[in-house]
Amino acid sequence: MTIPAAPRTHLDDLEAESIHIFREVMASFQKPVMLYSIGKDSSVLLHLLRKAFYPGKSPIPLLHVDTTWKFREMIAFRNEVAAAGDVDVLVYTNQEGVRQGISPLTHGATVHTDVMKTQALKQALDKYGFDAAIGGARRDEEKSRAKERVFSFRNAQHRWDPKNQRPELWHTYNTHIRKGESVRVFPMSNWTEMDVWLYIQRENIPVVPLYFAKPRPIVERDGALIMVDDERFTLRDGETVQMREVRFRTLGCYPLTGAVESSATTLESIIEEMATSRSSERQGRVIDQDPTASMERKKQEGYF
Amino acid sequence: MNAQPDIVVDTAAVAAATASKSLLRFITCGSVDDGKSTLLGRLLYDAGMLSDDQLDTLARESKRQRGDGSDVLDFSLLTDGLDAERQQGITIDVAYRYFHTARRSLIVADCPGHEQYTRNMATGASNAELAVVLVDARKGLLPQTRRHTYICGLLGIRHVVLAVNKMDLVDYDQATYETIATQYRQLAQDLGITDVHCLPVAALTGDNVGSRSPRMPWYQGESLLEVLETVDVATVHADDFRMPVQWVNRPDQSFRGYAGTISGGRVSRGDEIVVQPGVQRARIDRIVTADGDLDSAVEGQAVTLCFDREIDASRGDVIADALRPAPVADQFTCHLLWMGDTTLLPNRTYWMKIGTRTVNARVMSIKHKVDVNSQAKLAARHLDLNEVGYCTVGLDDAIAFEAYTANRTLGGFILIDRQSNATVACGMLDFALDRSSNVHWQHMDIDKSVRGSSKGQQPTCLWFTGLSGAGKSTIANLVERRLHVLGYHTYLLDGDNVRHGINKDLGFTPEARVENIRRVAEVAHLMVDAGLIVLVSVISPYQSERRSARELFDTGEFLEVFVDTTLAECEARDPKGLYQKARAGEIRNFTGIDSPYEKPEAPDIHLVTAGQRAEQLAEQVTQQLLARLNAPDVD
Repeated sequence: MTIPAAPRTHLDDLEAESIHIFREVMASFQKPVMLYSIGKDSSVLLHLLRKAFYPGKSPIPLLHVDTTWKFREMIAFRNEVAAAGDVDVLVYTNQEGVRQGISPLTHGATVHTDVMKTQALKQALDKYGFDAAIGGARRDEEKSRAKERVFSFRNAQHRWDPKNQRPELWHTYNTHIRKGESVRVFPMSNWTEMDVWLYIQRENIPVVPLYFAKPRPIVERDGALIMVDDERFTLRDGETVQMREVRFRTLGCYPLTGAVESSATTLESIIEEMATSRSSERQGRVIDQDPTASMERKKQEGYF
Repeated sequence: MNAQPDIVVDTAAVAAATASKSLLRFITCGSVDDGKSTLLGRLLYDAGMLSDDQLDTLARESKRQRGDGSDVLDFSLLTDGLDAERQQGITIDVAYRYFHTARRSLIVADCPGHEQYTRNMATGASNAELAVVLVDARKGLLPQTRRHTYICGLLGIRHVVLAVNKMDLVDYDQATYETIATQYRQLAQDLGITDVHCLPVAALTGDNVGSRSPRMPWYQGESLLEVLETVDVATVHADDFRMPVQWVNRPDQSFRGYAGTISGGRVSRGDEIVVQPGVQRARIDRIVTADGDLDSAVEGQAVTLCFDREIDASRGDVIADALRPAPVADQFTCHLLWMGDTTLLPNRTYWMKIGTRTVNARVMSIKHKVDVNSQAKLAARHLDLNEVGYCTVGLDDAIAFEAYTANRTLGGFILIDRQSNATVACGMLDFALDRSSNVHWQHMDIDKSVRGSSKGQQPTCLWFTGLSGAGKSTIANLVERRLHVLGYHTYLLDGDNVRHGINKDLGFTPEARVENIRRVAEVAHLMVDAGLIVLVSVISPYQSERRSARELFDTGEFLEVFVDTTLAECEARDPKGLYQKARAGEIRNFTGIDSPYEKPEAPDIHLVTAGQRAEQLAEQVTQQLLARLNAPDVD
């Protein structure tokens, strides 16, 4: 079957740009990997990965850094992706952190994120010797992301130096690194949250059901709506679990991810809700509200 | 502060949530003084792109920065990204912002306005179709206005919107605006930009930003947002089909496709193509995408092409319309914008990345440097950070290319430093030099191996490097005597001696040293080609040039000999009295004193001279060389 040419839209342009970036990584690096965090951006990223190497299967494996505190529905979704069999899925957990019993509930967001995400990611990259790690971060998410390159250089300690970034012109990316150094690559740099949802709708891409509104067991803690996803979550004095109709705009570790009250149960209603929404995406993330742990600083330490 | 126009925004925002609209990439040029960040923040605000928590943060930050308790929102705070920048109250880097309107999806690159300006602006402009140039109505056109417009033109931006800002501070005076607009149209025309929109704005209060201002009834045109939504940038696309091969897709025996992004024109099934820089032709059998095969595809699409027959194509090649192929050459003129912290040295080898091709390149000459403020042409021997030069470049291999004005992908390139891997320049190709296409390699029936075997030897270059007085020439001389006795045909090229002849026009500046080594290496290469064993004795202080020298030779043919003597020892020996003069300041640019020596990281032969006699060291070199000469021929 052949398809007649249609006028190109902004989603077509973004898709083509991302595919170009994937192929550039494949052609320029020895051992690339795609960081897979199970969220909507990762779903889009995986879709683009498949498209980039069609009709072959993806030569790039996925890596999920599992903090052991993800929503159960996320893990189930990840296992389905792995079961599809067309991409290899690696899962890595910082076992040292598990032995120490690191938990977002007792150690707080900052320590948990550092040990179970940042350190775990660095360990995994070192273990497998990946020289390019592809992620789904977007420049519209956060101020320091807005200034990061598509091909973002990391030294042998995985550190980012925001003041010494390589100029990046056209789509001509400098992919040269020395042994031990690496790059983080962001094919979706120029996508917005709205683009992501419009594309999910257009391409009919599966996402974790947590993005859609449903009555869920919720505790209100420090102003955030936290879903009680398993028995490890213990209530403080005065807290009660209530069934509330909520959905999530971003997904992460369940005790650190705030839900929003919503009745949007379809893609159409999510897009409409977003168009009229007056709050930003990362607001629900407890991790981003700790002023001593800004994204810029976390990234310098090796966070994605 | 003005009330957020809620009703308007909500309707527009819902309409904006559609998948079918076009994408516009633009940049903003101007300094903080011009109110650039304020304008951009205001634009986002008027387009309804600021969320409540962003507005809360902004209100809090504004209050904190101003410290006077007033409620005025400081929109410039929105675009300052990094902590380091906020602390210093400056912007260091290009920041990207995204917004949607009902008609368009917009990406704006906000380029900061201090020292790094030229480099950052070029970066932002490289992917932009349009530029918004800001001028302060009180000041009119400034040298920086000219600079911004020149860089826009250089990077191929054809559409400029001149926003005459701070109209509130000139009482919304029409005559002031008209004078500036008229002057600017002339300026833009002089610099080759034909599509210019001018409009009066007051960014702080939002006049003519998101909607038309009642305070300037004399202005009948569109607001800035309207211009950005409607301006037609569907301009001169390159007509002829071009696609650089990015990656060869071969999942199994049954499929072989060439993946890439089309950088010009249109391709259809059945079209005849040529794989450049070669001349092999084929027809397009399939245009493959994950959404199904296409009948045809156009510029900007990422596709995979299959041919009707097996021909060779690999990453870096260009697939082009067979009837209208791209020119192929290895020498060009170009504009070069230097972005490196280290100076551009003519004749040093850099990697050039152009399209998907990476090739060794040298800047052969700087015809002139361009003053970015006045466009005056100035003489130059090297280029420093943020300087623009008009240069000739030469490549090791011929490439398919286009003039930058016709095709950004096949005419735009970056230069990468081969030691540090830093991106040190961007360039815009102009045209091929005639001599490039008219000078061909003459085929010779008698080659190097024939000449070498008639002498019973394998042609080789022994390259002695080290500080002045390290003992290079002494050792090389002993090695040559030994080889001569053994019946080998040799020649010793001595650094001092060539400076009396072929290199007598060269001094000791970094530029001259680079050229000195290039010529010595070329002469050594000719002698090896003639079948000789050549011993080269030159300080050759830079890694980069030693590497370039090595690359002239075949594998195993070039042996780097590091004569490793400490500076203190060389200075103590000082056989020619040069160190004494250098210390006294009588000689400038002396290696080891006021000019660097970069030690070899992995020499083929490493001679640590301390406690060794020259004869012992020469024997060490001779034995290693003989081991190679007597080894079975592996080539």
